Amino acid sequence: MNHLPAAAAAAREAGWPGVDGGSAVEITHLRKAYGNVLAVDDVSLSVAEGEIFGILGPNGAGKTTTVECAIGLRAPDAGTVRLLGLDPQADRDEVHQVVGVQLQASVLPAKLRVGEILDMYRSFYRHPADMEELIEALGLAAKRRACYGSLSGGQRQRLSVALALIGRPKIAVLDEMTAGLDPQARRDTWNLIEGVRNRGVTILLVTHFMEEAERLCDRVALIQSGRIVALDTPAGLTARASGGKQVRFWPSAPFGDGLLLGLPEVGSVERDGKHVTVTGSGELVNAVILALAAAGVTARDVQLDSSSLEDAFVRLTGRHPHQEGALS
Amino acid sequence: MNVTTALAPKTVPGAAFGKIVLNEARLAWRQPFGLAAGVGFPLVLTVTFGELPKFRQPQAGFGWLTEFDVYVPVLAVFAITILAIWSLPVPLASYREQGILRRLRTTPVPPSWLLAAQLVIQLCLAVTGLVTVFVVSGAAFGVPESPGALVAASALAIAGLFPLGLVPAALARTAGTASVIGRLAFFPLMFFAGLWLPRPLMPGLLRDISDYTPVGAAAEILQDSMQGQLPPAAPLLALAGYALVFSLLARRFFRWE
Repeated sequence: MNHLPAAAAAAREAGWPGVDGGSAVEITHLRKAYGNVLAVDDVSLSVAEGEIFGILGPNGAGKTTTVECAIGLRAPDAGTVRLLGLDPQADRDEVHQVVGVQLQASVLPAKLRVGEILDMYRSFYRHPADMEELIEALGLAAKRRACYGSLSGGQRQRLSVALALIGRPKIAVLDEMTAGLDPQARRDTWNLIEGVRNRGVTILLVTHFMEEAERLCDRVALIQSGRIVALDTPAGLTARASGGKQVRFWPSAPFGDGLLLGLPEVGSVERDGKHVTVTGSGELVNAVILALAAAGVTARDVQLDSSSLEDAFVRLTGRHPHQEGALS
Repeated sequence: MNVTTALAPKTVPGAAFGKIVLNEARLAWRQPFGLAAGVGFPLVLTVTFGELPKFRQPQAGFGWLTEFDVYVPVLAVFAITILAIWSLPVPLASYREQGILRRLRTTPVPPSWLLAAQLVIQLCLAVTGLVTVFVVSGAAFGVPESPGALVAASALAIAGLFPLGLVPAALARTAGTASVIGRLAFFPLMFFAGLWLPRPLMPGLLRDISDYTPVGAAAEILQDSMQGQLPPAAPLLALAGYALVFSLLARRFFRWE
């Protein structure tokens, strides 16, 4: 069984509704081809209730196709999708009552006002969210009477997130929800999503932003060429992909590489000019500094490089997360 | 999916359709192409033609009707056609182009409700356009009328001509394409309806072709009912045939994206 995220476990202990520790999203052996192009090839993943699950990958990796199959916009060629036990193809009506979706690059009629759009979408659901609260939370209160066409990119994006949440879904699927937002609006949206999850909502997040995945996701799946190449917590992924920790310093006196290479924590020692870079694992910094001190050397200007999820992404996929171009 | 569940999924609150129609009505008011083309323009033409003395003389060539009498059903067909093939498909194509239909597919509401709501709006405009043309021409210029027959004939003309617009509405990927199709189809259709050359003056072959176009058949039915005559079977059958074929084509080829 999957690692159960801490927040979901806490919510379950608190006896909150909607969180029973089961799978909210269950995808098994999903396969989808467009003509000869295999977009998704044998993807399986399971998202626990109350979890924030990230789907990362380069452009054209099959993230959006996976999500489109998950929400029933596309029928899989093979494999199954279950959302809270429901089949998005066969139980379409019920699935759409409990799954809120924010799609990439969808717009709304320019001449409708924000309030009119929200009011209409709200009427689609049996148990809709409180409109005032949602408008407030997404910072759209001042724009209620503004036409959609007059909104900025960030405001449109926030309205789109609001529409995904207005049905008070049990699962929210958000595809690049903070694309085009400025840093402040992005952080506000992250806070909102954490708040939504704390109410027990499961969140499936497709994102390019490694910072977003690190901040929000309990687990992430890294997809490349239609396959999951890694599935772990952001920290686990980072640790797994990084070549270990790195310490860089300027020694007060010369010393031989052997002094450090003998330590179990140290993997390699490199020198460039006066600086020394030591790569290794475990309690690397302590071990290096203690060994140097014992030899009468002081390490000055110590810098610790810890690799980020972004480094892990680049190492695992060989590409930068923002890089363009589809894979064949 | 069968028709019943497509039209009324049991999990969607009934008020949703009303809200969709309301928003479509707001859009039709804020971007009043349909209002201008389907109501305003036919009204202007009715008044203009009615004021021309030459149009008010009974003529032997028109079976002792005035030229204005012959033009009133053409203006009615003008109103229905421009709404059906131009004003209806453009918003639907733009919803397709902008991903609004796709977005709607992720909600409990079937996207067909948006199509239905657009139809409701354009049909309301068509009824408004026809009432305007007939009331103004009847009240101000004394065109002979037989109200009951005219209402029935108008309903037939609307039901027969609207499916023409369902095909571009079902297929056009962008609002631009829908608009070009509307423009390209509208002027030839208006020619066969008799806007430039009244149908009674068309040479034999042209008149025969016109009789079997949906717009010519609709004009014929409206003209006969205005004179209190029962229209012959041929235009009724032609119109019903077009309605059936175009409805089936639209249904068969409808695309959401």
